[in-house]
Amino acid sequence: MKQIKTLNKANLKESATKGGCGECQASCQSACKTSCTVSNQKCENPDR
Amino acid sequence: MIHKYSLNGYNIVMDTNSGAVHIFSDAAFAILDYLDDNVPDEPPEYMIDKLKNRFDEKTLRESYAEIRELYKKGQLYSKDDYAPFAKMLKGAPIKSMCLNISHDCNLRCRYCFAAQGDFGGARMLMPFNVAKNAIDFLIAHSGSRHNLEVDFFGGEPLMNFDVVKKTVAYARSLEKPHNKNFRFTITTNGLMLNDDNIDFINREMSNCILSIDGRKEVNDRLRVRTDGTGCYDEIVPKFQKLVARRPKDRDYYVRGTFSKYNLDFLNDIKHYLDLGFNEISVEPVVSDTKLDYAIQEEDLPRVFEEYDKLSKFMIERAKRGKGFDFFHFMVDLDQGPCAIKRLRGCSCGNEYVAVTPTGDIYPCHQFVGKSEWKMGNVLDNTLDEDMKDRFALTNVYSKPECRNCWAKFYCSGGCNANNMQYEGDILKPHTISCKLEKKRLECAVMIKAALADTEST
Repeated sequence: MKQIKTLNKANLKESATKGGCGECQASCQSACKTSCTVSNQKCENPDR
Repeated sequence: MIHKYSLNGYNIVMDTNSGAVHIFSDAAFAILDYLDDNVPDEPPEYMIDKLKNRFDEKTLRESYAEIRELYKKGQLYSKDDYAPFAKMLKGAPIKSMCLNISHDCNLRCRYCFAAQGDFGGARMLMPFNVAKNAIDFLIAHSGSRHNLEVDFFGGEPLMNFDVVKKTVAYARSLEKPHNKNFRFTITTNGLMLNDDNIDFINREMSNCILSIDGRKEVNDRLRVRTDGTGCYDEIVPKFQKLVARRPKDRDYYVRGTFSKYNLDFLNDIKHYLDLGFNEISVEPVVSDTKLDYAIQEEDLPRVFEEYDKLSKFMIERAKRGKGFDFFHFMVDLDQGPCAIKRLRGCSCGNEYVAVTPTGDIYPCHQFVGKSEWKMGNVLDNTLDEDMKDRFALTNVYSKPECRNCWAKFYCSGGCNANNMQYEGDILKPHTISCKLEKKRLECAVMIKAALADTEST
């Protein structure tokens, strides 16, 4: 493509079917505690 | 649904439901003004007529074809298919626990949401028996989850460090028999750090949060001892020692709070870097807007300007090979959390609970002390399952203002405690927090675009 550059290959919809293992960190257990951010957490599912 | 914005010379288009992120040329970006969740086979001629005085027709038709291709691939205007998953979030195991090991503190930070450490109740330390029961409770309610998280929090956890050590030893003794992996974290103000507890923290804690607000004058204005004096001079060398000794594969964060007093918080971030810290989290103070240090709606343009300056500073540093982590700009566009995690949000009251020194269970550390939100007690192994279900169903689909928000799969509905405290309803997003979060996301994605641009040139 010449007019559009896509930054990522991931598709959230695929992750919905393979995801949900629940092994990742709760967001407030990191460096947060007052303002929730979820998208910066790491995925810990080796099968994804 | 898409979100489009221009920042720092980049036209960025985020497709909410697929998670795709694109950089558009000016012509392709202009075309989006004529589309509304649908991309017909052929470009509308009135659109070509309107835009051909700004772009040549060949470029416009080429741009439209590329937009159409993304649309067909499900990477633009993709549909929201997740609502059925949101109904399946009840019954999740509990896997994370905030252990309020100390409801006492040796600081009296003026903005403290924990009422200067006592959470509005009596000052007390958690007895080991309560901590032991909390660990037992967590294992018993964790189902098949392998990774369990325990954050030692307060108040100041180092005031009760013997119990921290005994609790870690007890939990470790249960890992093999129960096939669990405990991840401990601690949040400390640093005053009581010494060689012994630094070594213990660096050995046992997968992450440690070091509270400091940046420059000495900023830190010492609000982070004060009981006699009103600031703590900067005492904590800085201790934090530096901890970080210097910390294994490189283990996280830490210096964590600061910015308030109306330091809207120029980029200078505090630069100060952290000067002190040798490069894992950084700086969050806006959460407080009643009537307080003189509160971030108010009128401050947002200035805060946004500072986030923009921080973004450019981070890009410039990264290009020189001197990048650093800023917690709220971290976003992994490829291997970030799955959609289910994004639906679960912060998980408070569902997968995540807080436990007080008396063993009371609350949905999270910010609900502690509000008795109407008490969920049970670890000593008698009680848990209000109805309240747990209520929190399980607290997600972007049950929050009307989140349902149609482009950022819903990034912030996942925000902080329920803030929603309750400042908007009166866990389902009503805290307006200022929302605006700040959206701005941070725009900056975070723009940084990705800028660095990708650098890699490809």
